Amino acid sequence: MNVDWALFLDSLWPIVLGGIAGTIPLSLASFVLGLLLALLIALMRIGSNRVLAWIARAYISVIRGTPLLVQLFVIFYGLPSIGVTLSPWPCAIIAFSLNVGGYAAEVIRAAILSVPRGQWEAGYTIGMSRGKTLRRLILPQAARVSVPPLSNTFISLVKDSSLASLITVTELFRRAQEVAAFSQQFMLLYLEAALVYWVFCLVLSSGQSKIEERLDRYVAH
Amino acid sequence: MSPTEPLLQVAGLQKSFGSNHVLTSIDLTVDTGGVLALIGPSGSGKTTVLRCLNGLEKPDAGTVSFAGGPAVTFSASTGTKEAQSLRTRSAMVFQNYNLFPHKTVLENVIEGPIQVQRRPKAEAIADATSLLERVGLAEKAEQYPHELSGGQQQRVGIVRALALKPSLLLFDEPTSALDPELVGDVLTVIKELAQEGWTMVLVTHELAFAREVADHVVFMDGGVVVEQGHPDTVLREPREERTKQFVHRLLNPF
Repeated sequence: MNVDWALFLDSLWPIVLGGIAGTIPLSLASFVLGLLLALLIALMRIGSNRVLAWIARAYISVIRGTPLLVQLFVIFYGLPSIGVTLSPWPCAIIAFSLNVGGYAAEVIRAAILSVPRGQWEAGYTIGMSRGKTLRRLILPQAARVSVPPLSNTFISLVKDSSLASLITVTELFRRAQEVAAFSQQFMLLYLEAALVYWVFCLVLSSGQSKIEERLDRYVAH
Repeated sequence: MSPTEPLLQVAGLQKSFGSNHVLTSIDLTVDTGGVLALIGPSGSGKTTVLRCLNGLEKPDAGTVSFAGGPAVTFSASTGTKEAQSLRTRSAMVFQNYNLFPHKTVLENVIEGPIQVQRRPKAEAIADATSLLERVGLAEKAEQYPHELSGGQQQRVGIVRALALKPSLLLFDEPTSALDPELVGDVLTVIKELAQEGWTMVLVTHELAFAREVADHVVFMDGGVVVEQGHPDTVLREPREERTKQFVHRLLNPF
């Protein structure tokens, strides 16, 4: 097989640009919204209100038990039939946020539960409310524990965001598809897309190490 | 206030966990400036008494009243709020210190004064610094708890409690988690606080220490107060058989 290096180089920037303008903002927005949702779900799951805890469990079960692609299609192709029509970008962000919300909720729940009970009591005993203890004492400690698993969630999200190409969001993979369809060089273009995803994920992994180092200040070795 | 006016009165305190009656009916009086030592075998309920006083446990029944405050009467319908209302009067020192590992020593101490009591930051830091100096830890202010020895961590725990300016200090076996050679430093600090006139309730296994600092000793067993009185009486010439056995066992472990 002859590698068409000229095509490779010509298409590299459009594909990377698809990543910068599509994949990265899509992933970041979905991750931030998803984490907020996950925190809420995790607290519902831990809390003493049984109805809320049940809703949280059901939510996690549905999200984890159904394919992301199906969730995406329900929102993009399904909702219009009940009168809700959204553009591709909001659809993708909603679907990915809901998905991250389900997975990250379990990570956050486990991280919160990993903080010793004595930390809650120490917060109460200096007069803090439950909410303040959670915010100032428990979550910062839970954050350290949850960085590695949440980094996994984020890296998965970056790769899964390629599914958005199926609802016409212009991102990294869709760019590669377009060039591939035009040039008929499928092997080259899809390997090129894979390479760009891989480089993105390498950068993210090194970011994870930096965050862990920063949060490690107070951890005994 | 006369020195003998009670700071704290507890009457008929009861607490069960499920079918386990941890406290059957506890009456206690702590004089202002007094040091009460709670002693007794493991599972006797002494730590539960302390936790009830700080609102970490909600008693099933009984009355807790601090001088100058309303008496809080507990029943099955009492909310958590009432239990928590007691917290503003006392501060707790834990067996396992429970320092905040993600905060420096100074941040551990000023967290309550600033975040809860809303005191000015500069004032809280100045107070914290002089308290840390008192216990010989001024130069550790910017370090994290894991960089300190157990004895140093517990002294920070004591300073964190003092910084809240409570009317009552509660110590839950403050030296039980320490290596033997570190116990002395912590006991010295507690003894100095007692001499300064702090009112305290101390759960301890250190009978010699209890005899030295406490002016009142309460021996608990099986969720009831078996015997109480002056340390010299309770620890040297106990009347009750259970007290005799307990004291004898702790003083002659082999």
